[in-house]
Amino acid sequence: MDIHEYQAKEILARFGVPIPHGGLAYSPEQASYRCTEIGGSAWVVKAQIHAGGRGEAGGVKVCHSDRDVQDVANSMFGRRLVTKQSGPRGKLIYRVYVEEATDIARELYFCIMLDRRIERVCIIASAEGGVDIEELAATNPEALVRKTIDPAAGFLEFQAREIAFALGLEPALLAEASRIFRRAYRAFRDLDATMLEINPLAVTTKGSIVALDAKMSFDDNALFRHLDISELRDRSQEDARESHAADRGLAYVGLDGDIGCMINGAGLAMATMDMIKVAGGEPANFLDIGGGASPERVLKAFRAVLHDAKVKAMLINIFAGINRCDWVAEGIVAAFKELDVKIPVVVRLAGTHVDLGHQILRDSRLPIITADSLADAAHKAVAVVGTVGASA
Amino acid sequence: MAILIDAHTRVVVQGITGRIGRFHTEEMIDYGTNVVAGVTPGKGGEQVLDRPVFNTMKDAVAETGATTSIVFVPPPFAADSIMEAADAGIRFCVCITDGIPMQDMMRVKRYMRRYRAHQRMTLTGPNCAGTISPGQSLVGIMPGHIYLPGRVGVIGRSGTLGYEAASQMKALGIGVSTSVGIGGDPVNGSSFRDHLELFEADPGTDAVVMVGEIGGPQEAEGAHYVRDHMTKPVIAYIAGLSAPKGRKMGHAGAIVSAVGESAQEKAEILAAAGITVAPDPSCIGETVAHVLSEHTADLVEDRRG
Repeated sequence: MDIHEYQAKEILARFGVPIPHGGLAYSPEQASYRCTEIGGSAWVVKAQIHAGGRGEAGGVKVCHSDRDVQDVANSMFGRRLVTKQSGPRGKLIYRVYVEEATDIARELYFCIMLDRRIERVCIIASAEGGVDIEELAATNPEALVRKTIDPAAGFLEFQAREIAFALGLEPALLAEASRIFRRAYRAFRDLDATMLEINPLAVTTKGSIVALDAKMSFDDNALFRHLDISELRDRSQEDARESHAADRGLAYVGLDGDIGCMINGAGLAMATMDMIKVAGGEPANFLDIGGGASPERVLKAFRAVLHDAKVKAMLINIFAGINRCDWVAEGIVAAFKELDVKIPVVVRLAGTHVDLGHQILRDSRLPIITADSLADAAHKAVAVVGTVGASA
Repeated sequence: MAILIDAHTRVVVQGITGRIGRFHTEEMIDYGTNVVAGVTPGKGGEQVLDRPVFNTMKDAVAETGATTSIVFVPPPFAADSIMEAADAGIRFCVCITDGIPMQDMMRVKRYMRRYRAHQRMTLTGPNCAGTISPGQSLVGIMPGHIYLPGRVGVIGRSGTLGYEAASQMKALGIGVSTSVGIGGDPVNGSSFRDHLELFEADPGTDAVVMVGEIGGPQEAEGAHYVRDHMTKPVIAYIAGLSAPKGRKMGHAGAIVSAVGESAQEKAEILAAAGITVAPDPSCIGETVAHVLSEHTADLVEDRRG
């Protein structure tokens, strides 16, 4: 789960990482009021969306009067900001963060994440902050400092010092920098984060260190023990189709094709989408109905798929182990009754209670196209989409 | 022959009194798995499906001589159960539970390292379908009847895609020595590489099928092992050709976040290591059949030469 910059900064501040003075605003008036509250003569207005690359896309602006802040905020609210990470539809701006402008002497990069190769948390830092880190890793990997954390021992003081030295910080800042690194790690560890990025971590002209930007993601599997973090979820930043499905216990990812998919198991779902591509079609979504799916859950999955107006045909591929083909078939029949299904539906059933499942589909006398293998199902789905397209 | 489990393996079920644990215990017993006990803290002394329930893993192991365990414990407590199994001397643990926090799994892996390599428990999963040596033992949740006993090893992340592969092979008369599910989580107990090593050493296995997917470095790591150490032929399929970068596809670990983690890149890495990659998921069985027939021809040729 992702959160906003201002939320990540509040968390960091709580763990003792210095951040600039700032305040959240839901309206232009509130934004200008924040200037008075913060004081000073220059402020930064930052669009709060769940995507990086805001600066280049016009989502971060420096202002020199409260009037200016109000105008900039006014131009941001209600807009969908498209950045290189936001996807083509962009993300809706409905909160901005107003922050005192910082006089920057140096920009550093600091990140904590999982290294899947060694299955441990690692810290990545660089003296070249403020830039796109993926680019830096590709063009100048020597500029990155890397430390691995032993889960039993934690992030050790000498490791933090080594990072501070490697970043070439002046002696007066070394102790403070090491403390900040370890406090950030404590936030990451205590809250079950999967990623914490501070870019840039700035050294100011006055000689202090502050987190100018912050990004945090959390482990969905650990949210059960962090209720306060779950409450930071912002649905306006999610794909509506995906949050709708997630609320119903379905793993759904929206794509751009026209063949709606309903499959059990993530691997088989990906394989079925691959097969659709091989057969010459494009999947509209990834959807895993999970194990032990009841007829009700199948009906909900149907709704989630049909919610997408692009869908011209549906492919249902079930290889039942802990699922039951008869329950899935009942769900399909119920969906036809309740949802007024107007598009062709191709169904492939295999595994537990497959004969019973086929029997239910046959007895329903519904215009369901059955398939006897993965390849057969994909080819039939692609073929019916072709004819739907031609008749339209 | 098989790896990890056979007809004699004595299995204890952790979380046997839960609805899901009990259901699958019955299925395993029906298949012929030698389930000797269950563990649920606080329910020691009860009986489930005529098997004794113990309060602790140490008690269960001491009383029944179990060497293998399967975990159906809910996510908040599952990591603790795995460590309890390791501490009780269990040699092979299958964790079915989906949704264990990543940091819990890192702690589990760190904990397991306190034992010397030869005493260390092998863990598969979490979030896997289990392991089956067809005709001998099933420690998992898969439908046993879709696997034909035979001489091809299978290692896969996904449960149902593994079923698809096994049933395609069965349709062509190809049997399985052991099928191992390693699960779809980013931090898992063991990897493709670990089990490739076991299959290479197993006289009952002639070839190995890897069923992988997008995300993480484990398929590539397996490929390097195959290139440098394996004499047996390896066949693979990687799911997720149509998966967009940076999106999580159902499995917590199925996300392309680094170079070399997409399905295309992985397929190229595998092919470069001498692995035969099935071009699409409908011809995994055919690809295995083809590789086996070529391999047999090679063997005949070798003997003549």
